[in-house]
Amino acid sequence: MAELEAVIGLEIHVQLATRTKMFCGCELSFGDEPNVHTCPICLAHPGVLPVTNEQAVRFALQIAAALDCEVAPRSIFHRKNYFYPDSPKAYQISQYDIPIAGAGRLGDIRIHRAHLEEDAAKTIHVGDSGRIHGSSASLVDFNRGGTPLVEIVTEPDLRSAAEAASWARLLRETVRQLGVSDVNMEEGSLRVDGNISVRPVGSEELGTKTELKNMNSFRFLERGIEAELARQRELIEAGGTVAQETLHFNPSDGSLTPLRSKEEAHDYRYFPEPDLVPLVPSEEMLREARESLPELPAARIERYREQLGLSDDAAALLAGDPETADYFEQTLKGAGEVEPRVVANWVIGELAAALRADGDEASAAESKVEPAALAALVILVQEKKISHGSGKTVLAAMVTEGGDPVSIVDREGLAQISDSGELEAIVAAAVDSNPEAAEQIRSGNQKAIGAIVGAVMKETKGRADGGEVNRLIRQKLGF
Amino acid sequence: MVDMLDLTALEAHRAMCAGDLSAAEYGRAWAEAAAGDELNVYLWREEDGGSEAIAVERPCVAPIAVKDIFCTEGVPTTAGSRILEGYRPPYTSTAVQRLIEAGAPILGKTNMDEFAMGSSNENSAYGPVLNPWDRSRVPGGSSGGSAAAVAGGLAPWAIGTDTGGSIRQPAALCGIVGLKPTYGAISRYGMIAFASSLDQCGPLTRDVGDAALLLAILQGADPCDSTSVGLAEAPRLPDREDLQGLRFGVPADLARDAIVPGVREVFEATLAKIEQLGGEIAEISLPHAEHGISAYYVIAPAEASSNLARYDGVRYGVRAQTDGDLTEMYETTRAQGFGAEVKRRIMLGTYALSSGYYDAYYGQAQKVRTRIAEDFSTAFAAVDFVVTPTSPSVAFGLGEKTADPLAMYLNDFFTVPMSLAGIPAISIPAGLAEPAGGGPQLPVGFQIAAPAFGEQKLLDAAYALEQAIGFEPRPSGAPFPAIDQIKRTGSEEVTGG
Repeated sequence: MAELEAVIGLEIHVQLATRTKMFCGCELSFGDEPNVHTCPICLAHPGVLPVTNEQAVRFALQIAAALDCEVAPRSIFHRKNYFYPDSPKAYQISQYDIPIAGAGRLGDIRIHRAHLEEDAAKTIHVGDSGRIHGSSASLVDFNRGGTPLVEIVTEPDLRSAAEAASWARLLRETVRQLGVSDVNMEEGSLRVDGNISVRPVGSEELGTKTELKNMNSFRFLERGIEAELARQRELIEAGGTVAQETLHFNPSDGSLTPLRSKEEAHDYRYFPEPDLVPLVPSEEMLREARESLPELPAARIERYREQLGLSDDAAALLAGDPETADYFEQTLKGAGEVEPRVVANWVIGELAAALRADGDEASAAESKVEPAALAALVILVQEKKISHGSGKTVLAAMVTEGGDPVSIVDREGLAQISDSGELEAIVAAAVDSNPEAAEQIRSGNQKAIGAIVGAVMKETKGRADGGEVNRLIRQKLGF
Repeated sequence: MVDMLDLTALEAHRAMCAGDLSAAEYGRAWAEAAAGDELNVYLWREEDGGSEAIAVERPCVAPIAVKDIFCTEGVPTTAGSRILEGYRPPYTSTAVQRLIEAGAPILGKTNMDEFAMGSSNENSAYGPVLNPWDRSRVPGGSSGGSAAAVAGGLAPWAIGTDTGGSIRQPAALCGIVGLKPTYGAISRYGMIAFASSLDQCGPLTRDVGDAALLLAILQGADPCDSTSVGLAEAPRLPDREDLQGLRFGVPADLARDAIVPGVREVFEATLAKIEQLGGEIAEISLPHAEHGISAYYVIAPAEASSNLARYDGVRYGVRAQTDGDLTEMYETTRAQGFGAEVKRRIMLGTYALSSGYYDAYYGQAQKVRTRIAEDFSTAFAAVDFVVTPTSPSVAFGLGEKTADPLAMYLNDFFTVPMSLAGIPAISIPAGLAEPAGGGPQLPVGFQIAAPAFGEQKLLDAAYALEQAIGFEPRPSGAPFPAIDQIKRTGSEEVTGG
């Protein structure tokens, strides 16, 4: 049997961090006493009407801009009808065939669409299962009901659980940087569902997909998809077929259980919401969305590679975390003429290592090492005021106590020996006290120079510049 | 000495503002008149609250009867349905708020067909309203309570809602003026939804002047209703006396055969009056209007099926006591709470929106709706107004059409096209006609429709025609107990003006 490849698409619900709900003036909240942020509108009293939250539209336009989506000049809301206590109107106002944002892209993954809608209320089922079946009673908290959501749907472009999780992280970082959502998976302000299928490698057709829900961390997202892919592969390899269904991932034991058909089989009877007028973003709103866009991770990676000449890995490591990237850029600014590649190495190499060695969980940005101080240190090394080795010693001190590298260099007496007469004398002494090595060098064994360099470094406590020491040894031996 | 209850709301308004009429006495007189309700008009009266709220000195706008579809904070609001029995809204609709701010005390909430679904008021969970001209007959619907209140001397004026004719048809059957404004002229916020894309609030009044005054109070864009736009200019009181230079279009495809003879005579006579006033009668074509009823009875039930889904017993209103699960609670609540016509329309609408049927029903109906709107646009390029009888017949007997929903639906034949097109239309009483099978003469309504937002032109023309017709807005022969009673018992107080 041909090898099976994974075909994964994601549906991401992003709760927008507006001040008020999508269609009424109630404040958004998390963790408050139940049912305090409600009004006749979000409780669906008779006669109430929705009014679209303009800030939510602006946020959605920012997301659309960040995902490079085509924005619909005129999009409309639909009613999605279903009976359930979490839906007080018995319909959700959502977008259906004309969403605010059409095709787009983030990184290598194509976006199918993104649309605005309102969140459901929260139901709490009293009983062992925590789900409606088998519960003795159900309670409804309408605080969350009506929270603005943007639902982002990708094309089925992801090919592994790990890729799905890593792309979802990129999306979260992107949305976080826009400042339009808290993107907290545990609190539910970012919710990721997977559409998962497998097909023989080389096939263009899509296999039957299942929808996977309730993965409230990136780790669970990866594990859940992994488990579902394994289940589908096993089924097909045993000659079976995958049934189209919705599965609930249980993070505690990794199991997948189908949602009962009653909970998923709906005819939503979509029709255009007659209480709302079409969404027609003004030129001003579109311009504002574009201009408010911070530099997003994908663009930053590209810039680091193209303009700063960083390696792919270094660019991704730095730009993947906006705080680290900002830290890097501040250090770079302070480091004058020093090449970006060198500064990048100090940030993701030496500093990260020093933080690890210190047992500190802090990131560069959270550490005691100020970007300006790191820049000063990089310059000291670059200008050969101190050796690279001394630089690491100073950095270790900066990690524990913070402060300015120059004063640490002075205190520790690490300044490089800049008096060439002094260094020449030390080199001469080292050559004299290592006659065997000197002889080997003269007879062509260049590696033997290490022993004499080591002796010089020992004598100078590392304050000598390695290149200069090499040059002086060769000079002394008549090369 | 004029009986203060004989004053139109506009006359009373002027007298109160001039200090010639005591607002307190006027309000009290109307509260007493309303208390004499023998027509089952009121589902709730302010007096029931035990207050003198109606008789306060401040307002100089006549007290008003409000269809029980407008949410009013703390006041029972049922939309004529059992499912909202005992429900007291926590907020007030924009229309009622505007009335209160204008200084109009609320006399009471009027009976109606359940959720505004009906043309006879027989679909109310709280019993039918009786027509003041003949108590064995219906007042029309769904704003039957509001129409009967004004015609029966139980309120100086009233507001109602019109989805497919629910203001104009009862106004016609009760011999008063009913105006359905342009969709979007008045806020729908707080008006319990039947079919959101058609519902519109409007005045039911004794004459055209009162309708203009009430429209001026009610109209305006409302931030709580995204579909409201208001009128470009506040309506002026109409004073036009001729129809010189105005063209009135009569649809050639008008189903004249469906119109009962008496109504047809009054309609023809009214056309003659228009010509006497200098107006011109022209034949126009509304080729798609005949499909209006079919489209309407897809679109309105479809929207209703969604709008009425919130009545589930979870948060407010009636909840059936069951031992079963959530689904059983929903089903029993709705089975017990809704009446037969509401259930019929929920089923029709649910079907029309179902996957696989949407295009054939809802999609198709929307296309018809667009065609009808285009028909009117074409017509208005040639004429200023389109005129029809408001209803094909005069008021029919209680129970006469309840067994045949289709016959009942045909009452809306002349009013539905304007609703689908979203344009304003007014019904004014144009004369009397003998009902089929004999009996006392009953009012006949004449409908005038104008282009969207053409309310001022519409009111001006209707006013001129109203003056020429000189309709006597009193049910003759039929007892008029409320007013008689007031005249007898309150004669000293009534002389305030």
